Amino acid sequence: MNEVILLKDGELALKGLNRSTFESVMLKNLRHSLRKTGGEYDIRRAQSTTVVEPLTDDCDMDAAAEAAGRLLGIVAYTRAAKCEKDMDVILPTAREYLTDQLTDAKTFKVEAKRSDKKFPLKSPDIQREVGGYLLSRFPHLTVDVHDPDVKVTVEIRDQYAFIHGNQLPGAGGIPAGTGGHGCILISGGIDSPVAAYLMAKRGVRLTAVHFASPPYTSVLAEKKVHDLLEAVSRYSGRITLYTVRFTQLQEKIRDEAPRELFTVTMRRLMMRIAGQIARDNGCGCLITGESLGQVASQTMEAIACTDDAAPLPVLRPCIGLDKSEIIEYARRIETFETSIQPYEDCCTVFTPKHPKTRPTVAEARDAEAKILDDDMLRAAVETAKKLVIA
Amino acid sequence: MIYLDNSATTQPLPEAAQAAARAMTDVWGNPSALHDGGLDALELLDESRKAVAKALGCTPAELYFTSGGTAADNTAIFGAALARRRAGNRVVTTSAEHPAVARACDRLEALGCEVVRLPARADGGFELSALEEALSDKTILVSCMAVNNELGTITDIPAVSRVVRRCAKNALFHVDAVQAFGKLPFRADKCGADLVAVSAHKIHGIKGAGALYVKKGVRVEPFLVGGGQERGLVSGTEPMPAIAAFAEAAKRIGDPAQHLAHARALRSALTDALADCPHVAFNSPADGLPYIVNLSLTGVPSQPAVNALCEMGVYVSAGSACKRGHRSEVLTAVHLPPERIDSAIRVSFSRFNTVEEAYAAAEAIRKTIERIRR
Repeated sequence: MNEVILLKDGELALKGLNRSTFESVMLKNLRHSLRKTGGEYDIRRAQSTTVVEPLTDDCDMDAAAEAAGRLLGIVAYTRAAKCEKDMDVILPTAREYLTDQLTDAKTFKVEAKRSDKKFPLKSPDIQREVGGYLLSRFPHLTVDVHDPDVKVTVEIRDQYAFIHGNQLPGAGGIPAGTGGHGCILISGGIDSPVAAYLMAKRGVRLTAVHFASPPYTSVLAEKKVHDLLEAVSRYSGRITLYTVRFTQLQEKIRDEAPRELFTVTMRRLMMRIAGQIARDNGCGCLITGESLGQVASQTMEAIACTDDAAPLPVLRPCIGLDKSEIIEYARRIETFETSIQPYEDCCTVFTPKHPKTRPTVAEARDAEAKILDDDMLRAAVETAKKLVIA
Repeated sequence: MIYLDNSATTQPLPEAAQAAARAMTDVWGNPSALHDGGLDALELLDESRKAVAKALGCTPAELYFTSGGTAADNTAIFGAALARRRAGNRVVTTSAEHPAVARACDRLEALGCEVVRLPARADGGFELSALEEALSDKTILVSCMAVNNELGTITDIPAVSRVVRRCAKNALFHVDAVQAFGKLPFRADKCGADLVAVSAHKIHGIKGAGALYVKKGVRVEPFLVGGGQERGLVSGTEPMPAIAAFAEAAKRIGDPAQHLAHARALRSALTDALADCPHVAFNSPADGLPYIVNLSLTGVPSQPAVNALCEMGVYVSAGSACKRGHRSEVLTAVHLPPERIDSAIRVSFSRFNTVEEAYAAAEAIRKTIERIRR
C-alpha cells in the first residue's frame, strides 16, 4: 500500500482564463515547501485535486502533510491510501489504512466517487459493499449518514483508487505570489505578522521592513522579527527583510518635533523609508497591522496623516478586526507566543504619554517639514540590512 | 570588552575549561560503572568533592553535587519540607529571595504549607524581630539568602541562625549562598546553617554544576529520585565535566577576605566617579557586598541603558538576568519607586576586574545618560 496526500483546490476552481497561471504558481509553491521537508515527490493534477506521492524513502509524510496544510489555494487536504482499482484490494486496504480512525470512532459512513465510469460497480454499490465490510470488521461501529465521526471516502480514479478518512481544512486563500507584491511594515507585535499573513492569503508576495533603534531597542527584538517572519513564510514563501537603522531619525524627531506629534511624525518617516524600499523591490503597496482605534496613531485622523506621506497605497487587512480576533489569527499561524515576548520595539521608544489622537494633515506636514532631511532618509534606505527569510 | 555582569555568570578559568574538556575526552566514564572507565571517573568525582568541600568549609561527606544553584536550592527546600513534614507546616522565607527559592516556596504553599514571607527593608534585608515573631515549634524550614543577588545586601547568617535555633527547634535552616561563595569569608559548617546552596559558574567554573552542603546529622529527603547518585540525595548521572571544572575553580578561589578589599576598591572607583552625577541613584546598601552595585540612571530605562553600554563594550545587566523582561521582584519588594526600578542596572564585579575597568564603566554610564536621558 502506498500513501499519498490529496489536496483539494479552493477558489482556484472558480477562476476563468487565468486559472492555469494560478495552478502553476500553486504547484510551484507546493514543490518549494515539499523540498524543504526533504525527499522527492511526484505531483499530479486531476479534477481540482492535486495528488502528492512520495517517490523516495526519505520522504517525511508528516512534514509533507503539515506543509500541505499551509499551502494557500487549498481548501481541504487529506492523507490517503492508494491501491489497485479492484474491490478485493480496496476492502482490505480500507480496513488496514483506517484502523486507527475507525477504532476511535463510534459512527461512520462511506462515500464513493467514481470518475472512472467503466468501473464495474456504481457509487452506491461501492458504498454498500465497503460499508458492510467495515461494519463486519469493526462491529462497535454504527452507520450515521448525516453526521458521522468518520467519513470514509473511496475515490475510483482513472489509474488507481484512493481511500481516506476525514479531510482536514486547508489554509484557504489563493496561491502565494498570484496577487502582486507588497511590503509589510513589521514591528514585532501581534498585529503586523497577522497582517502579513492575511495579505499572503490573498496571494501577495511579501517584502518586509523593520525599524530598529539600537540602543533603545534590543537585538532580541530583531531576532523576534526574524522568528515571526519565518512563521509567516511557511504560508507566504520567501520574504526579504530590510532592517532599517532608525535611531538617528527617531532621536531627531524626539528633539525637534512637537511632543504630541511624535508618533505621527515617526510614522510618516517610516512610510517614506518603507515606500522607497518597496518601490526598489517592485512592490505595489505597503501593508501595516493597524486596527482602527486601537492606539492613538490608529485613529482615522492619524491614519490620514500617515497616508499623506506614503508613496504607495497602504493596505491594512486588520483594520476592522478586534484585538481578540487578531490574537485568534496569531495563534492559528503560531506567531502569538513569539509576539508577546517583552522586547521593546521602535514604536514604543520615546512615545509621549498623551499623543494627539486627532492630528490634522496640515500640522503633521508642518511637524515633519522641520526635520525632513532627504540625505538621512536616503541613508536609512541605503544602509538597511537585507536578509532573506525562507 | 569590560565584563561587569559577574553575578549572572563568570568567565570560566582556563584550568576549569581544561578540566571539563578532560572529563569529556579522557575521563568520560560513568562514576557508577564498575570497570576502570568508571573507577577513573569516580576518583575524579571524589577529588572534585574534596576540592569544593575545602573551599566551602565542610567535609566531603557533607557535600552533594547538583546540576546548579537552582537545583541545590530546590533539593534543599523540598528535601527539608519532606523530611520535616510531620513536625509542622510552616515555612519562613523573605520577600526578596532569588526565584530559585521564591518559586520553590510558592510550590510548597500550593502543596499545603503555610509560607511566611518576611517583609524586606529598603536595603533588601529583614528584621530579626520579624523573623522571631514568625517562628514557632511548627516551623519546619527557614530559607534566606546570604547575599542578595540584585542589591548585594548581606544577611548576618550566624545571627539569623541563633534566632532560628532559639525559636524554632524543629526547623532546618537553608541558606542560598550562590552570590556569597568565594566573595564573603565564611565556612559552611560554622555559619549556623543546616543547608547551604552554591553554584559553580558564579565562581569561574562552568554551567551545569552546583553543590548543596548538608550538615552532618541532618536528614533531607531526596527531591530528585532515580539511580540514587550522590548517596541517594541527587539522582541522575553526575555532570562530570561541570563538576571537574567546579573543582578547579574551587581550588583557585583564594582568600575571600583579600578579594573583598579589592572589590571595595572597584566599587569605590565606580561610585566615586559617578558621585557628582545627578542622575545616578545607588540602590545597593553602603554596607552591602562590594561586588554588586545596583544603580538607577533616572530617566534612562534599563534595557536601552544595557544596550548602549554594550555598544561601548561594557556588559552589565538590567536587574536580575534570571527574569528577563519582567520588573524585578527584589526591587519591588524593597519598595523602590517604579521609575527607579525601570531604570535600574546591576554592575557586578569579579576579583579579576581592574580599577581601570571600573572607571571606564563609570565613564560609559555617564555617556549613556547624556545620550539617552531627556
